[in-house]
Amino acid sequence: MTGTEVEPAPRGAGRGDARPPLLRLEGITKRFGELLANDAIDLELRAGEVLALLGENGAGKTTLTSILFGHYAADAGTVRVADGRGGLVALPPGRPEAALAAGIGMVHQHFTLAHNLTGFENIVLGTEPWWRPRPARAGARARIEDLARRMGLEVELDRPVGTLGVGARQRIEILKALYREARVLVLDEPTAVLTPQEAEGLFATIRALAADGRGVIFITHKLAEVEAVAERVVVLRQGRKVADRPLVGTSREELARLMVGREVVEPVRRPRAPGAVVLALEAVTAGSGRDRIEAVSFALREGEILGIAGVSGNGQAALAALAAGLLRPERGRVALAGSAAALESPRAAVRAGVGRIPEDRERDGVVGELDLSENLALERLDAPEVSRFGLLRRRAMRERARRAIEAFAIRAPGPDAPVRLLSGGNMQKVVLARALEAAPRLLLADQPTRGLDVAATAFVHERLLAARERGTAILLISEDLDELLALSDRIAVLHRGRLAGPFPSEQLDVPTLGLLMAGHEPEEPLGAAA
Amino acid sequence: MIRLEPRTAPPAWLALAAPIGALAAALALSTAILAAIGIAPGPALRLLLEGAAGSPFALAETATRATPLVLTGLAAAIAFRARFWNIGAEGQLYLGAMAAVAVGAGALEGPAWLLVPLVLLAGALAGAVGVLLPALGKVKAGADEVVTTLLLNFVIALFVQMMLEGPMKDPMGLGWPQSPPLLDEAMLPRLVERQRLHAGLLLGLGLAILLQLVVSRTVFGLGVRAVGHNPRAAAYAGLPVARTTLLVAMLSGALAGLAGAAEVAGLKGYLTADLSPGYGYAGIVVAMLAGLSPLAVVPAAFLVAAVFVGADTMGRTLGISSYFADLVVALALLFVLVGGLFARYRLRLGRAAA
Amino acid sequence: MSEAFEILFQASFWVAAIRIATPLLFGTLGALLGERAGVLNLGIEGIFVAGAMTGWLAVYLGAPLWWGVAAAAAAGALMGLLHAFLTVTLALSQHVAGLGITLLATAGSHFVYRVAFPTLTQPPRIEPFAPVGWAWLEGIPLLGPVLAQQTPLTFLAIATALFLAFLLARTPLGLAIRAVGDDPAAVEAQGLSVAGLRYGCVVAGSALMAVGGAFLTMSAFNAFFFGMVSGRGWICIALVVFASWRPLKALAGALLFGAFDAWQVRLQTLAGAFLPSQLFLMVPYLLSIAALLLAARRADYPRALMKPWRRGER
Repeated sequence: MTGTEVEPAPRGAGRGDARPPLLRLEGITKRFGELLANDAIDLELRAGEVLALLGENGAGKTTLTSILFGHYAADAGTVRVADGRGGLVALPPGRPEAALAAGIGMVHQHFTLAHNLTGFENIVLGTEPWWRPRPARAGARARIEDLARRMGLEVELDRPVGTLGVGARQRIEILKALYREARVLVLDEPTAVLTPQEAEGLFATIRALAADGRGVIFITHKLAEVEAVAERVVVLRQGRKVADRPLVGTSREELARLMVGREVVEPVRRPRAPGAVVLALEAVTAGSGRDRIEAVSFALREGEILGIAGVSGNGQAALAALAAGLLRPERGRVALAGSAAALESPRAAVRAGVGRIPEDRERDGVVGELDLSENLALERLDAPEVSRFGLLRRRAMRERARRAIEAFAIRAPGPDAPVRLLSGGNMQKVVLARALEAAPRLLLADQPTRGLDVAATAFVHERLLAARERGTAILLISEDLDELLALSDRIAVLHRGRLAGPFPSEQLDVPTLGLLMAGHEPEEPLGAAA
Repeated sequence: MIRLEPRTAPPAWLALAAPIGALAAALALSTAILAAIGIAPGPALRLLLEGAAGSPFALAETATRATPLVLTGLAAAIAFRARFWNIGAEGQLYLGAMAAVAVGAGALEGPAWLLVPLVLLAGALAGAVGVLLPALGKVKAGADEVVTTLLLNFVIALFVQMMLEGPMKDPMGLGWPQSPPLLDEAMLPRLVERQRLHAGLLLGLGLAILLQLVVSRTVFGLGVRAVGHNPRAAAYAGLPVARTTLLVAMLSGALAGLAGAAEVAGLKGYLTADLSPGYGYAGIVVAMLAGLSPLAVVPAAFLVAAVFVGADTMGRTLGISSYFADLVVALALLFVLVGGLFARYRLRLGRAAA
Repeated sequence: MSEAFEILFQASFWVAAIRIATPLLFGTLGALLGERAGVLNLGIEGIFVAGAMTGWLAVYLGAPLWWGVAAAAAAGALMGLLHAFLTVTLALSQHVAGLGITLLATAGSHFVYRVAFPTLTQPPRIEPFAPVGWAWLEGIPLLGPVLAQQTPLTFLAIATALFLAFLLARTPLGLAIRAVGDDPAAVEAQGLSVAGLRYGCVVAGSALMAVGGAFLTMSAFNAFFFGMVSGRGWICIALVVFASWRPLKALAGALLFGAFDAWQVRLQTLAGAFLPSQLFLMVPYLLSIAALLLAARRADYPRALMKPWRRGER
């Protein structure tokens, strides 16, 4: 690797550590308007070290790594990187190309891959002179294949990235960094899109990278992952570093307390006898491409939460679109309380008592430029409490919005505030309020807590369980297995458009779900369910 | 290096400052160009101002010129609200004018209270029909309406020529390619004695107020805004996105058609191929200056009309081409576009300290 | 009716078809380059006017023809720079910025022309590009005589199409351009400059558009008229979609279009007695609309096209 003789680090948790430092952040501070996203953060990473950067959504992890990689310039503070001769040099701020040249590699949570290029083209993009002829690429090819083999990152290199699955895309993303000889690799929430088994593979890769003398920063909000890969953990909370310590001797409870900073009570699901069938799918085939389900059947009952697990892109979008009234089945039958017409269109679905929480709230859930009262009214514009003779009843709409703000503890300037000004958690509460306000018979909850902090997540969970108590049937689609196991009465798993289960959730655990998500049949028959 | 930082909420004064600032900046830059070719900016600007508002006659002329601009401005404003880029107002204006001639030049006879509304209605209908193909193309096939509406302008211009040299040619016109005149009963009343100002202006004002109410107070208007800002979320919520787009497109076409009908029935009395000096395109500038707010279209149209009328006077006196006005208006569009940025972003100059 | 088809076998018909196709090819390639990088340039119509006026004026004032072409390209590049500043640096609406550029370039060109020639009634003329007439070319059967009657700008247009096809498909720079039109974040993550690539493509593309305009005044005609561009720019925007963003298909599309247009002109002389000429003149526009409607449904737009991108915002 780099130089051999190195002075010991003057500070930081790695004191006495003989391994050379690769990276040091000093007093990084970044403000966005009122929000102090990073407050004087110091951090050090040594060669061969795996550091977990732990914090809940909104704690400032992404901002910190964006500064490290030059997407943002810090308001104050310096990023220093090993110069290869045993010293550390300051990186010019706000210049991704400088960070790349200094050996910092970033694996973003949202992959930065051009879909119309192949994996190989994405990896070499930007590493060649503008006019290099193609034959000169043979060497590059050999190096990539060698890296892939050594680090357990085998992937098809010659297919357009747009046709690959998420696991393969992530491997290409990592290869991109390694191909540029990244000595520091930053992985931002890398397991969010993987099956537990794929995540194990990733951890193996991370260990191989560390053994190779590279430093890895692993960003996560999941405690179990910290324990699985890291030797040291840094905890961020509300933009500040609240802990920096070796993992040995730190308990999971302690980490949880450090991360959240307060006691959050997760609601508990109480046993409840389900009622009549609300949503029934009989051998339904629908959707296209990767968003397709085939011959899917299940029955969802009153007062029941049915969880849908699966790696994203295995048909969840088609299933959600069916329940939301956006998609009609090609074959088979979908019925809400016996009526197929009820799910003919989004409008029919809303009228028939379907509440919907879309996967991507900013894309499908709200119109950011419209105000709170308008967004809350959007699904039932011709209801008497919203309009009369085609004219909006502004005062009544505002009153409704005020009630929702109170009932759902939405932090907003008022009913006239454009929704785009709200935080992610509060935006989700608007969506939740709209979905729940008419006491729906069926609630579609598609990734209802994605990107929310712990408190907002607990709030959403509480409301979902309360709706279940009132008899609402809930279809919960989530990538968070802990969430599925905690909330669902039964869980079914989607793999390549086919549904396994549903199984009673008491009979499932994370490893079993992982196998099902990877397409394995359950080894012993799990309790069959209708 | 320029950096943009998102603002949480735009200050209220910007809504007013942006258009006025944009026009002022455009005028400043244009007169600087005049100075560069040796024309003193001071007197030139004074001439422009006098020409636009220096006398009752000038004011009436500005108002006359603002009339079609209010209507085409509304056409653009309502369409852009729903993100339907109708750039075909110029063509739709001519369709409206032709329909006005077809109905009002003797095909029907009757009292003014019947004939005038019929002429206007025909113009609006023709304009709405003129936008049908691009609108359906967008909704059904996803064809970019910018290009289709633009290209239709050329088709319609040729169609107008063809009609004026053929079926619509005035037999009494001494061979000129112009239509027969409208009946007296089909003409809009004049607002001021011996001035060209006509009732089309009142029509525009009324429609501006009406559209403002539609946009802010009706279910349809809320749907238009939702579809314009986020069509996916609107569709998810169950709004009829395609139908809203179609309706807005036709409404936009109808307004442009009205502009043409009103020009014929209020001002010219007959149709020629040079009825509009680009009112359709200028309407886009008007709408952008107005921030797509229907009510604000009225003052914006007056501002743009003042530039046109004032530049005419200035041009005649100083011997400068009347294309000067086009230059000012084009610059105003670009400036107001940049100005809109301030509503959502704060501009920071210089790079962060290393 | 057979006369209508016999036209297709006349050499003069193909000479005209290629001449009509040349400015469209320049414009289509210019628009295509910007769109591949994610930037729609509706300034094209005005840039055509600016190129036509600038190139012609430069030659009228005494510059050699090729310097006139360079002057046109420079004027186009300048407009492209403005468009890139508005749409890339400031990330403003590509639609409105482009229309603004068209209005500005058109008004500016007309204004400059009127300032330069305040009182002319007869447009002043220049000596335009002559047909190449290369002897070796005329020796080639069928194609040779048709090509030999074209001016050098036509060959420049064809060479540009071949060059762009090679650039996009075969070079690392082309790779980066295609990537930035699909996902700018992917390009930035690899340390490349999104703004740099987009500026380059928009400026170079605008220069090409302007050369297309210059062809009109310096090759097809020998003077500048108001309204001489008459929608050619918009036709190019439709042709880009029709050509599914590929330079060689753009070449084919422009030729097809030129052939239809030349055919229309000849039919006009055949049938002009009983049909109004305007009906024939509508054909190119209607053809473009039809092409766009047909191509739109299966069009595979560059994913990042028309999406404003600001660093640090996703």
